[in-house]
Amino acid sequence: MKKSEKHKHAKLIYISKRANVSLSMQIITRVIALALALVVCGIITKVLSGENPFKALAIFFEGAFEGKRLLPTIHELAILLCVSIAVTPVFRMKFWNIGAEGQVLIGCLATAFCMLRLGGKVPEWALMIIMSAFAILAGMIWAAIPAIFKAQWKTNETLFTLMMNYVAIQLIEYFLKIADKSGSNTVGPELLNHGWFPKLFGVQYLFNIIVVAVITVLMYIYLNYSKHGYEISVVGESENTARYIGINVKKVIIRTALLSGAICGIAGLLLVGGYSYSIDSNLAGGRGFTAIMVSWLAKFNPITMVFTALLLVFIGRGADQFTQIPKYGLNGDFADIITGIVLFFIIGCEFFINYQIHFSHRSKEGKQ
Amino acid sequence: MNALEIKNVTKRFGRIVANNNINLTVNSGEILAILGENGSGKTTLMNMISGIYHPDAGEIFVNEKPVVINSPKDAFALGIGMIHQHFKLVDVFTATENIVLGIEDKKRLNMKAASKAVLEISGKYGFEIAPQKKIYQMSVSEKQTVEIIKVLYRGADILILDEPTAVLTPQETQKLFAVLRNMKEDGKSIIIITHKLNEVMSISDKVAVLRKGEYIGTVNTAETNESELTEMMVGKKISLNIDRTDPHDQKERLVISGLDLYNKNGIKVLDDISFAACSGEILGIAGIAGSGQRELLESIAGLRHISGGEIIYNDPKTEETVSLKDMSPMKIRELGVRLSFVPEDRLGMGLVGNMDIIDNMMLRSYRKGKSIFLNRKPPRELADTVIRDLEVVTPSPQTPVRKLSGGNVQKVLVGREISAAPTVLMAAYPVRGLDINSSYTIYNLLNKQKENGAAVIFVGEDLDVLIELCDRILVVNSGKITGILDARNTTKEEIGLLMTKTGGADNEEE
Repeated sequence: MKKSEKHKHAKLIYISKRANVSLSMQIITRVIALALALVVCGIITKVLSGENPFKALAIFFEGAFEGKRLLPTIHELAILLCVSIAVTPVFRMKFWNIGAEGQVLIGCLATAFCMLRLGGKVPEWALMIIMSAFAILAGMIWAAIPAIFKAQWKTNETLFTLMMNYVAIQLIEYFLKIADKSGSNTVGPELLNHGWFPKLFGVQYLFNIIVVAVITVLMYIYLNYSKHGYEISVVGESENTARYIGINVKKVIIRTALLSGAICGIAGLLLVGGYSYSIDSNLAGGRGFTAIMVSWLAKFNPITMVFTALLLVFIGRGADQFTQIPKYGLNGDFADIITGIVLFFIIGCEFFINYQIHFSHRSKEGKQ
Repeated sequence: MNALEIKNVTKRFGRIVANNNINLTVNSGEILAILGENGSGKTTLMNMISGIYHPDAGEIFVNEKPVVINSPKDAFALGIGMIHQHFKLVDVFTATENIVLGIEDKKRLNMKAASKAVLEISGKYGFEIAPQKKIYQMSVSEKQTVEIIKVLYRGADILILDEPTAVLTPQETQKLFAVLRNMKEDGKSIIIITHKLNEVMSISDKVAVLRKGEYIGTVNTAETNESELTEMMVGKKISLNIDRTDPHDQKERLVISGLDLYNKNGIKVLDDISFAACSGEILGIAGIAGSGQRELLESIAGLRHISGGEIIYNDPKTEETVSLKDMSPMKIRELGVRLSFVPEDRLGMGLVGNMDIIDNMMLRSYRKGKSIFLNRKPPRELADTVIRDLEVVTPSPQTPVRKLSGGNVQKVLVGREISAAPTVLMAAYPVRGLDINSSYTIYNLLNKQKENGAAVIFVGEDLDVLIELCDRILVVNSGKITGILDARNTTKEEIGLLMTKTGGADNEEE
């Protein structure tokens, strides 16, 4: 009897799953979450820098969208989007590829290698085609190795793709050693002076931006309207169902990983051939990992990814601007803090979209 | 004295009311049957009594005192024990080890004394149990015995059994009922959840009927009959007759000979299976769950690599014979073999839960045509046809199938499989979890396929239905065929004996 004495009162809070969630309700919840995130970010900014939150927000906007900074922001968005698009088909298949970083880097390396070795020896247009082919091929190989092991022997793709990142980094370090004997940790435009993608209409980065825009649209169509896209969804949802209808699961895994690697290779190609004209082992800049967040936040929808990538790029560029003002005395970690807070609220609000919280006093009222 | 009383209990999940103002009373020394179709709220109600859910409103009394049950631990402290449909036992432990598992006692664990106590309990109520036997060596019915003793060992006076007979043969059911009667004599209160009417009539003292979360009423078993209970359960008078026609135009459509299959652990799961399925008849397959039924159908459907034997298909049009051995489902279809398969695992194999009805309709046919793009027009039309003809209740064809109720999910799956006008239709447990009306819809669909000349293979668990629906019944036991019977001249007991012929041999499966 002692036990029941202890539990004289029923639990105060219950959680239950919501039956139907309307679209407007979802949007309202997300807007509220974003507003709360801004409030918390404002408080943190105030505490860390002493700056009025509205002024801080203005600096963020300035950093991301003001005049000269607008184009680099869009380019940054394009590259991040490209990597996110790359990881999306494999994620839809529940193949957790966290090796996009390495696949991008190996694409960079292949591009830089072609530029260095063939630059000046073949016509520019031919060099561009060759380096594109090599970058895509390199990315595909980097993705195919873990995929083949996964398909044949069911190895863990997460660990495998992660390890492949380090191999790619070390290969680039090796390339830097042999390409530039001066011991610099970057091989720059003075050595990679051929095979630069053209400035379309005289606008810098426009080539990259257009390429990514095309890939995004094509990927959306591929995933939603092609037979391949359908197979990817079936394999991702249930391998048993895929077997039941006779889909060759191994083939789909490898094929989709090849596609993913190829697009990562393109991202590497664009980074070297259309942006930096240089290579170092940090060129991918963690985008291979940020892309995972972008893809997840967008629930693997390529079009939504434009917005989730924009959000992350905006925070990154804005915070970057903020930290460059010396009187606040903040370093690059500030961007991570802000990103963390925003992500916490955006991901956290999913709980409130899917579940409902009841307080027991309310349910007692319901009884009467 | 009222051992357990439930007053006006309500439980909601989101907007769904799972239980609305339910009232129940069980006296000590009484067996109460809770009768209701799937989705009527039986399990939700029992989960509230055993502390897994908490009621939103209403009160629970144990021994006429109001109680609050917040966890299964609280339920145990009050002497309430639940035996779930899916056993929760550790496979590599012995019976006794499982029984004492989780008991918090200050004393040192004394296995000998525990074994003795277990034997005492089983002697008292007439269980048959070997305390030192490991779970993985046990048959389903032995495992169930362990679960029941586990609850008794903890001193439960109120026992709740969730569909205990679903996994038992007729003989095992009789044994279980004998034990339950002994417990009743001893003053225990027993609640048994079931939807089998004949069992309700034979074991219970009182019957409480639920329908769609509503409490319909409690009647004394002695003062009622099956048709009255059905009416209470379904809400209208329905006839429970399956219209069986005589088989016609029988030709051997599918001939299996000497089929052997090993599972991935190297254990033989099908052993020298030989039979023929004929056009225009329904061939039933009976057996204890896990006797190789699933593996047999999957082998025929091209999902498993068989190690010996032959699977021959006789094409009705060309009269040619085709070997289906080692062919993928895709290959089988390309050969023009119209083989349809309704697997046991609907959402995990037959359908994709997160896809809408339209996309599920094209699972079989999406590859048609040379285009690299999908053509969603035919599946959209098929979805509309299936929704209309089989009366699928869904907000729209764009609704993900996992949001549909079990019966509607099954209609979508069966609808797709019969849309290809199959010459062979295999269905594994097609009515599992379905309400009575949906079940009869499915039986009628199978019958229609039979009349259309398909060879129908039906794996079922309800022996009464098998006897009523099928033309011939094939009994499997531990991966072997133990008999092929004429359904019109057999009895449940005969099938039950064949299901367990070698006695406890089904253990090897798991």
